[in-house]
Amino acid sequence: MASISFQNVTKSFGDFNAVSNASFEINDGEFICLLGPSGCGKTTSLRMIAGLETPTSGRIYIGDKDVTGLHPRDRKISMVFQDYALYPHMNISQNIAYPLKVRGENEATRGERAQEVADVLKIGHLLDRLPAQISGGQQQRTSLARALVNPSQVYLFDEPLSNLDAKLRLEARGFLHHLQHSMGMTSVYVTHDQAEAMALATRVAVMDQGRIVQFATPMEIYRKPATTFVANFVGNPPMNLLPVEAMVEDNRLKVKADGLDVADIPMQRSFAEAVANNPNITLGVRPEHLRATAEAENVVRGKLFANENMGAEKLVTIERPDAARFTARIFTDDDIILSEDVALGFSSQHISLFDTDGNRLALDDE
Amino acid sequence: MKNFSLLSVRAGTLFFSPAAALVGAFVIVPFFWVIFVSFTNRTLLGKTALNPEFVGFDNYVALFNMETFFTRGQFGFSLILTIQFVLLSALIGQALLGMILAWLLQSTPKYVKVFSESAVIVAWILPEVVIGFAWFAFLDYDNGTLNMLTTALGLEPGDWLLDNPFWVIVFFNTWRGAAFSMMLFNSAFASLPPSYFQAADVAGATSFQKFKDIALPLIKGHVVTDLILITMWTFNVFTPFLLTQGGPSYRTELLSIYTYRVAFKDFEFGKGAAVGVVIMLINLAFALFYLRIAKQKHKGAE
Amino acid sequence: MTLSFQQILSRISFSVLAALIGICFALPLIWFLFAPFNARAELGLEIPSPFTLKNFFTVFENTFAMRGLLNSFIQSIGGVVLVGFAATLAAYALSRSDIPGKKSITYLLLLFSSVVSGSAAMVPIFLIVSKLGLIDTHVAVILVFAGGLLPTAMFILRDFIDGIPKSYEESAMVAGASSMQAFRDVALPVIRPGIVVVVVWAFVNIWGSFLIPFILLRSDELMPASVAIYSFYSEAGTPIVTLLAAYALIYSFPVISLYLFVNWKFGFRFFGGIKA
Repeated sequence: MASISFQNVTKSFGDFNAVSNASFEINDGEFICLLGPSGCGKTTSLRMIAGLETPTSGRIYIGDKDVTGLHPRDRKISMVFQDYALYPHMNISQNIAYPLKVRGENEATRGERAQEVADVLKIGHLLDRLPAQISGGQQQRTSLARALVNPSQVYLFDEPLSNLDAKLRLEARGFLHHLQHSMGMTSVYVTHDQAEAMALATRVAVMDQGRIVQFATPMEIYRKPATTFVANFVGNPPMNLLPVEAMVEDNRLKVKADGLDVADIPMQRSFAEAVANNPNITLGVRPEHLRATAEAENVVRGKLFANENMGAEKLVTIERPDAARFTARIFTDDDIILSEDVALGFSSQHISLFDTDGNRLALDDE
Repeated sequence: MKNFSLLSVRAGTLFFSPAAALVGAFVIVPFFWVIFVSFTNRTLLGKTALNPEFVGFDNYVALFNMETFFTRGQFGFSLILTIQFVLLSALIGQALLGMILAWLLQSTPKYVKVFSESAVIVAWILPEVVIGFAWFAFLDYDNGTLNMLTTALGLEPGDWLLDNPFWVIVFFNTWRGAAFSMMLFNSAFASLPPSYFQAADVAGATSFQKFKDIALPLIKGHVVTDLILITMWTFNVFTPFLLTQGGPSYRTELLSIYTYRVAFKDFEFGKGAAVGVVIMLINLAFALFYLRIAKQKHKGAE
Repeated sequence: MTLSFQQILSRISFSVLAALIGICFALPLIWFLFAPFNARAELGLEIPSPFTLKNFFTVFENTFAMRGLLNSFIQSIGGVVLVGFAATLAAYALSRSDIPGKKSITYLLLLFSSVVSGSAAMVPIFLIVSKLGLIDTHVAVILVFAGGLLPTAMFILRDFIDGIPKSYEESAMVAGASSMQAFRDVALPVIRPGIVVVVVWAFVNIWGSFLIPFILLRSDELMPASVAIYSFYSEAGTPIVTLLAAYALIYSFPVISLYLFVNWKFGFRFFGGIKA
């Protein structure tokens, strides 16, 4: 196992910067998720670690070694591909053992190791089949087995679960989490599915347009999104965002918008000036922090737009006078009765604030 | 830093070189050499075989000599004959028949479809010499199948190769090549979603209306592709030689056959090369047109 | 669903028309279906009585005819090996390496191959082959065909390889393979169906062709079957129809069986989609 270090890495394709000046450190044994929409540079970053793309500038280290220009085969890495890349002409055993074959292991050892890994992944009974003869979930495990068969410094995953159906994906996700936990391997995992990132990662790097927007633990990203982009991308349904007008009095923030009663919020002095210069800010509240009551510190009002029953919870959406929508995630066994006019309440400690550029405004306790 | 690639430039060049050498020697060098030879009086035998002289545009002037241009056995006659041949046998014969067949065979019972499709395709895949021989027997004056049929129908038997050689090669080439157009249009029709036609059925359209209003506009690209490709092939085709040898008295001497005669029967390489250059120029025009359309289509698909 | 009278009528007329066209296409070949099995066959249509394979045995005993088939075989196999080998490597390079200008190379190759047709280039091809001292050799026929078929073969194969995910080779390299190992162990087996199609296409093209060997070969010992058949029926005097019919059928056999093979194996309706 080894750490990974990105130092001012940029990758351009012609005029397009897929990754712009990215610098970060991944510690030995961490499970990092690169999260973002398609085209954000997450896959390119992963492929640069693998050596399948060469950075336009900057350096990449695995452990203490500068691997920037190294061929993939010299990097001691393993990788699981989105399409699994199982060789259709080799059986499962040969597929799993291919990394051992090219490294010159003899046939007996290869068979043994393939059997061992396959047993761990519960595909030991399929070794003689061809990839076309097994199910999608089994193919996914085969590609995982091929990555695990040879001890590597770093394990790379390129959206490995995106070709599975929803139920299998949950199962495979749990399995991966278990595996990483028990083996403690340094892993980098690319996904556009925020739930996957939250579930698996020790830390998540949220990327947007070639830049790393936030690099933090899942909980921090969830609770304190660094930008409106992160707030919008992480969480399902995403954080409710509402443009508001702000005023500062005595280091307390007053927020104004139609149909919105918000208590004063204490804030740091340093931001007072910023808000004073640019009073148009954004207020964010996560859906599960809203309750169907007007008796709260803060209340947002609107007309009932949709009331969706999800089983364990309800998604209640209201439409405000300015046509903005607010969704609440309400956990209740009771059938709450909603009239046409709905008030949703929330506590001040759950508020996020973002300045005009979408960057988080730190409140006094941050 | 050198960008990673699956195959390094050096290995790629190495991989590419055998093909490059072969294509270079037998496609690209001939292209330039034929131009060079067309400006000489090179012959197959005799003094000028070894030491050809540079004669400028003499060969071209001879080809385009207006006094004899339209005479049988001359370049102009062959050129016009070839154009007529392409129009009648490729554009009208193959493309139209192929289109009709492809449309008909969509809604015919399976055994009719298999029979007709097989007959058309067999005509296309058999080696050209076998086809030549089969038609030679088919058209035989005394015993051939065709005259047997005409006699049975109470008509006069015809000596087709002698009386109507041009129409023979037109029908011959239509018959020979219709399969390509049929299969191209077949797959074009198959690529259209069935729901388009079901919607038209519900609206009460006839088969001809469905063809004209729905299918044809949607496969326009295929039609253009087909027309250009079969034009290029028919323009260069040598197969009728196997049936008529260009005769009788040059009446079926297409440009390709004319080149062959000038170069390998009359042994005038310089003049044969000049004809080759003209053919290549015409090919070039078609090819550039085709590649441009193919490129546009490719872009449209992205 | 019930059909109206009009619809039924139109369906029937469609079928009749299609069948008629099919019959017209079959007509010139009906004779060819019977004559090989008729010991007394002439150019007239006649149902053989009795059906006999005697004509085929005559062919097998005719050394000139058999040598023609052997020559066709030598030239086709030689050309196919060369085309398959060179086209696979070149197409792989065009698809996977960053050799500069590969797009323009492909474009130029296509352009040249469609411009330099057999009829346009017969003079210089003859001159090159005679300059190389290869007139009247198998090698000449093989090389000329290889050169002429390669651009299209490369193009078909490059398209095929472009359609194969790069992750195959990438995963092999991450696993520790070199470029050559990834090509040999992973890419080549995956490309194989494409190579088969190209090879079959090239074989059928060379096997059936007439003009090139007709120009480049002189001696009877090297003539492929195509030229042999042509000289049999075109020369003055009445051809030996019995022998020739059986011979032509034997000569057609590989082409028909390969067509059926490709059709069955790949459902590849566009056999020779781009004919040379």
